[in-house]
Amino acid sequence: MQELWEGLVQAVQLIVRLDPEVVEISLRSLYVSAAAILIAALFCVPAGGMIHFHEFRGKKVLINVIQTFYSIPTVVVGLFVFLFISRAGPLGGLELLFTPGAIIIGQVILILPILTGMIISALNGVDKSIKDTALSMGASGSQAIWTIIGEARFAVVGALILGFGRAISEVGAAMMLGGNIRGYTRVLTTAISLETQRGDLVLSLALGIILISIAMVVSVIVNVLLQRY
Amino acid sequence: MKALVTRSIRQISLLVLLVSLLLSIVLPGCSPAARPAATDNKSAAATTFAVTAGIPRFKIATTTSLYDTGLWNYLEPMFEKKANVRLDIVYAGTGAALEYGKRGDVDAVVVHDPEAEAQFMADGYGINKRSFAFNHFLIAGPAADPAGIKGLTPDQAFKKIYEGGIADPTRVKFISRGDSSGTQAKEKLIWQAAGYTYTDVEKAGPWYVEAGKGMGPCLLMANEQQAYLLADISTFLAYKGKVTIVPLVEQGALFLNVYDVMAINPAKIKTAKMLPTANAFINWLMSDEVQNMLATYGVAEYGRSLFTPLKGGGCTEPGCPKLEDYTTPVK
Repeated sequence: MQELWEGLVQAVQLIVRLDPEVVEISLRSLYVSAAAILIAALFCVPAGGMIHFHEFRGKKVLINVIQTFYSIPTVVVGLFVFLFISRAGPLGGLELLFTPGAIIIGQVILILPILTGMIISALNGVDKSIKDTALSMGASGSQAIWTIIGEARFAVVGALILGFGRAISEVGAAMMLGGNIRGYTRVLTTAISLETQRGDLVLSLALGIILISIAMVVSVIVNVLLQRY
Repeated sequence: MKALVTRSIRQISLLVLLVSLLLSIVLPGCSPAARPAATDNKSAAATTFAVTAGIPRFKIATTTSLYDTGLWNYLEPMFEKKANVRLDIVYAGTGAALEYGKRGDVDAVVVHDPEAEAQFMADGYGINKRSFAFNHFLIAGPAADPAGIKGLTPDQAFKKIYEGGIADPTRVKFISRGDSSGTQAKEKLIWQAAGYTYTDVEKAGPWYVEAGKGMGPCLLMANEQQAYLLADISTFLAYKGKVTIVPLVEQGALFLNVYDVMAINPAKIKTAKMLPTANAFINWLMSDEVQNMLATYGVAEYGRSLFTPLKGGGCTEPGCPKLEDYTTPVK
């Protein structure tokens, strides 16, 4: 248990000293996962809205399928994307494997279902009467939809933070698609995995603490912004 | 209500702005290999990427036993400076490293499994194979040595471990890499030499543990379980301060461990475009610069070098590469 304390001390040291390699890895983690969540949001917010606001056959089944994919293992996503973007795969010409872009793609696919599902849930939480009120006050159909999304913004942002959390904390896809290349595709989780296998448990722990700290800072900033607007 | 609508519209447009901004960051990051046009993009993010955009990325796959010793941390900046490339190092067991090579995902492989390498060359995937370093395997285990293998030959030792494991799996355990690594290939050879069929060993009982991990993690695992394992001496030395298990068998012709490098053959893998760099890399590994560095790498920390350079002719055992395999430059 001594390691826990040492890990905490080392984490503080690494943060205070702004250790260049740790800063670089942390920024990359942040950048990759932020990019993943924003790209995923581009798909998921409209998709979640469309599924929620339209009644169609098989809607329940679709939602069930989406929810099933909440538990897709990260290594399966990694393997799936690997087969596509490996040079021998159909998208091999893009030369994406072992690049940060590959990790972003993996993480986007990983969080698509969870984000879509959570946005549907978020919209479900908004009182149905708000849409009618908006429409009766002369809002167009799409304006009414945006109104409801605006009303559900806390839950929507909560979904985005959850998706970000799943992305920045996953290791399977990042390892398989990025290859944990030093100075290029090494992110916090793959660095933790490597340092653990090297037997440097204290450094691993310190990196883990830094990851949690980043997640905390991100969620605080987002929540402060949300309160303000 | 109207205010609410305009407010949410404002929020959404803010989000869209933010997203498009971020996309402009992501996209150049997605294909850093070929993006000469990035220079006319004035965004701050693009310029940070433009610094590296002009330098080609040369990818290699290397075995975990080389990676876990930290050797590449020293070699990487040296080659990057010399060849003006970004050296991207992916680490995996020999089997996986060769698979990356076959798929064209790397430009060169550095591995240590003579049989698998011969197949790789025969199938036409590899070209310009050279050797550059060697060392030896060893069998490590708890200092108490419950199976009594100290000082035996590798095959006799394996036999003792097998018998000890069958007799009392709580006392005698063996950790196998359980992946298709070079070390695993060597382990199979030793089981064969000891008179066992490997598939029988795999099913022989709970004493035989297939870890499915790299060399370093297996050492840590063997240490936790006070088990025996086959390890390369370089990784063992690099982990010495972290484990209490000790080397028990260090002598034996079967223990020779030669590290080879191969370029991926563009004639077979159409996407392999870095052959000149791969050739420069192979020649560089055989150069005096690297060979001299190998002779001293680890001496200060571990009291002896982790790898023995082939140049200087120290490798005289059966199975050592021929002189031209580590001296003749590739073209």
